[in-house]
Amino acid sequence: MRMIRKVTILSMCVALLAALPAAAAETIKVGAILAVTGPAAFLGAPEAKTLEMLVAQVNAAGGIKGMKVELLIKDSSANPEKAVSLAKQLVEEEKVFAILGPSTSGESMKIKQYVDESATLLLSCAAAEAITTPIMKWVFKTPQNDANAVRWIYGDLKKKGLKKIGVLASNTGFGNAGKGQLEKLAPEFGIEVVIAESYDKDAVDLDAEVTKLKSKDVQAVVNWSIEPAQSKVPVSMRKMGWLVPLYQSHGFGNIKYVEAAGPAAEGILFPAGRLLVAEGLPDSNVQKSLLLKYKKDYEAATKEAPSTFGGHAYDAFTLLVKAIEIGGPDKEKARAALEGLKGFVGTAGIFNFSAEDHNGLGMDAFELLTVKGGKFALAP
Amino acid sequence: MSARSRGTGFTVALALAVVAIQVAASLSHKTYYLTQLTMSAYAMLVVLGLAMLMGYAGQASLGQAGFFALGGYTAAFLTTFDLAPRGKALAVVVLARAHLLVTRPDGSGGSITHVHPWAAALLAVGLAAAVAWIVAGPVFRLRGHYLAMATLGFGIIVHRIFLGSSLFGAADGISDVPALALLPGFAISGRAPARVPNYYAAWGLVLLTLWMLSNLIESRVGRALRAIHGSENAAAAVGIPIARFKTRVFVLAAVLAALAGVLLTHYNGGIGPSEASVMKSVRYVAIVAVGGMANLRGALVMGTILTFLSLRGYFGTLDDLVFGGILLAMMLFAPEGIVGGGRWRQFRALLVRRGRGDHAAGA
Amino acid sequence: MSSDIFLQFCVAGLTYGIIYGVVAIGFTIIYNTTGIINFAQGEFLMIGGMTAVTLHRHLPLPLAILGAVAVTMLVGAAIEVLFIRWLKRPSVLRLIIITIGVSIVIRELALHLWDEKSHALPHFTGDSVSALTVAGAKISPQVLWVIGVCGAMVLLLGAFFRATPLGRQMRACASNRDAARLCGINTRNMVTLSFVLSAGMGALAGCVVSPITYVQYDSGTALAIKGFTAAILGGLGSTAGAAAGGLILGLLESFGVWMLPAAYKDAVAIAVMLGVLFLRPSGIFGSAEAARLREY
Repeated sequence: MRMIRKVTILSMCVALLAALPAAAAETIKVGAILAVTGPAAFLGAPEAKTLEMLVAQVNAAGGIKGMKVELLIKDSSANPEKAVSLAKQLVEEEKVFAILGPSTSGESMKIKQYVDESATLLLSCAAAEAITTPIMKWVFKTPQNDANAVRWIYGDLKKKGLKKIGVLASNTGFGNAGKGQLEKLAPEFGIEVVIAESYDKDAVDLDAEVTKLKSKDVQAVVNWSIEPAQSKVPVSMRKMGWLVPLYQSHGFGNIKYVEAAGPAAEGILFPAGRLLVAEGLPDSNVQKSLLLKYKKDYEAATKEAPSTFGGHAYDAFTLLVKAIEIGGPDKEKARAALEGLKGFVGTAGIFNFSAEDHNGLGMDAFELLTVKGGKFALAP
Repeated sequence: MSARSRGTGFTVALALAVVAIQVAASLSHKTYYLTQLTMSAYAMLVVLGLAMLMGYAGQASLGQAGFFALGGYTAAFLTTFDLAPRGKALAVVVLARAHLLVTRPDGSGGSITHVHPWAAALLAVGLAAAVAWIVAGPVFRLRGHYLAMATLGFGIIVHRIFLGSSLFGAADGISDVPALALLPGFAISGRAPARVPNYYAAWGLVLLTLWMLSNLIESRVGRALRAIHGSENAAAAVGIPIARFKTRVFVLAAVLAALAGVLLTHYNGGIGPSEASVMKSVRYVAIVAVGGMANLRGALVMGTILTFLSLRGYFGTLDDLVFGGILLAMMLFAPEGIVGGGRWRQFRALLVRRGRGDHAAGA
Repeated sequence: MSSDIFLQFCVAGLTYGIIYGVVAIGFTIIYNTTGIINFAQGEFLMIGGMTAVTLHRHLPLPLAILGAVAVTMLVGAAIEVLFIRWLKRPSVLRLIIITIGVSIVIRELALHLWDEKSHALPHFTGDSVSALTVAGAKISPQVLWVIGVCGAMVLLLGAFFRATPLGRQMRACASNRDAARLCGINTRNMVTLSFVLSAGMGALAGCVVSPITYVQYDSGTALAIKGFTAAILGGLGSTAGAAAGGLILGLLESFGVWMLPAAYKDAVAIAVMLGVLFLRPSGIFGSAEAARLREY
């Protein structure tokens, strides 16, 4: 009896010793630089929650090809200096396999050169096109391009025969980039931007700005922002009885913003990924099951509604998993696998990467959505 | 031991510590710690200047990040803005004649012509000095809350300007700032091979600044500053030109902050508007407070530790909370540091006196 | 420009102005009894708004607001008792830094206690699109609520200071603390009371403005800066001046949007602040003499 116990303990010890180094070798370390606090917390917080949820799921299912994922989330508070420091730390000390994030364009621009030179995969969750133009070998991004969102809006305006528009944009990276694209692409569609103004994300309310636009007699308004303050634009417009069509950006993709605007949100048109209207998609849609699953999991894990922002982190992580599944735990091979990935179904759309395209999303990543009865719906 | 030699002693001890850390890091193949230590060193330049201003001249500044950003942004802008399309403009022609323009590849096949990084650095620091000198006039006519609010307002305006101008990259800031060549084969840059020399360059500068400031404090100027801090009326009565001294210290602090901004921007390869934010200014104040206000060495040691840990993400999502809490705790429990003459002995004496606790009325 | 557009700018300016004015009055109450500018003033609005939103999930709106005001008053008292009361003759610089520290700590705690999201109470009357027409300009009924509640608050406060013994003690404390103490007034309790009052006012204001402005963990700071500007514009220490300063600032911002690129809206406020500080620290209504006496 005693003998058996001794043998058991001994064998357990041996097994443990054998297992320890093996387990260490079969771990994939992934870093994430997210603005969990600070002025972009509304992006970073859902991204962090999404990643934590996904990693738990993957590890519970046995990891990627048997390798457990170790996730290191670093909070940058949207501060580029800190993002640089954290990127160096993740690459050189932690020797991470890849970095997910940062949440904002400014931070992504500051670290992409460094990450590229140190041959580590970067899957940015920020939207600016400059992140992947010009192409850097190791730098990818998951959110859709602003220019395509603008094309959707302008296409719809053209269809309706509306030519004179007013633009309101928030004074953050997202707002400025959108404003630039709106002004740049307008001539292509025969549209005239009569007035373009910026507002602060901390503005008490936007009556004055909206009144200024109203005085210019524009036929439609485009409101480009990703912050909660954007809901104040529809409120001001509808309160004043100004009923011209209102277009918003894909940064409107958060049901909280609809709730804040109340009935004023009805009829807003905006291009966005299909996550927000997953239930309303036809069953034939390839994204539908994935979107519903993410929605259900996220709601169960966090007790809050998912936003497209968290979706960008979802895509970044699942893309990385796919790349490792194909290329194995080798950085160069995984990168090549990612670059060669076609038809990958994500929350933002179908990704088709190539050596010339490190965003992989086209016009079809968007649908034109509207708000109907306080909910997102496909635009008629 | 005289005060002056004590200051030198600390500087030497710190120099030895700097070397020891590098040797230890290199031997254990953990040189990556030097990255954040180098970044901390530049933050300490700002802190040393602010400690002079707050601790010795007794003037609050809640806008010091503004000067940091002024330096950093000017350097970043001048070294990334392509002047080639504007070759005919008078300023560009003059710069070209003076051999102050350089051309480098821009990373996407083209090339970019911009102001020489050294000229840009000098301009950046000079600009910050000029702004500080201009602002000092009206600011130092104010006292108390008004003075604090005016410096805060200055910081907010600088933040707004950088955040609002597309020329400065608006919310995204400026990226792809080139290295600042210091010697042949050595430049201020964040590349891993240049890590050790960059570490020494940064800390060398901090030590030099510390040594100079320590000497300044023990000189006639330092005595005058302390007199101003003690009582402006008394200082004026003995013939100290108060306004001139305050202005000079303010400009000195601004120059140190701008210099830090320039160098850290080259080291990081870019700068963003959050460097000019109010929270950043408050963090510098918190570090000075942790050191005991009028205590350059305390600020330096504590500030390095805190900045290092913060940059490494050690405080996680509690980062701002930690700095706010430290600020609060220092002001509550190590109070007389602000009014005290500065040296530890005096500081301790004040604490002891408080400890004896005559319980007079509060606020 | 047509007259209704002009009026609409006026209405917008008044809306901003009333909100800034309320914050400014909160500054004034504490400043008058203590000589402290409480940089955490904006946080009172934030705590009020956030607490009301949380309570409103379980309670009807009036009760939720009452509860939020009570909670914020407790926080105000706690701040004074923990961080101010026991300090022995603190310098101005120290008090400034303490209130800044308090505001940062409250903000970050709010982030962890609640979340990073933006919240709002429902409109008290109607919804976000309801509007009353006044001479061609549209006003949200919520603006009238803000005017009504804040106006009533100011009147009650005035009556309190003038007609009740407690109010008179506070005023005595404001005009000369040492003399008040000699008369047997417990000045320290008056200071605590001023924090409680100011917190309560801030919380109530935070509740009534939240349907318009929304509230999130970091919305206090921006309001505090505007409120402070309004307070010194009207002359620090005067309640009527604070209200007037708020309205002027609001109108300047609104017409600033009309005349300048809207991106400069905040620059207008900051320029006003620096202008007042540098050119006329006593404010446009305050007396320069009195300001000199008050300064430290």
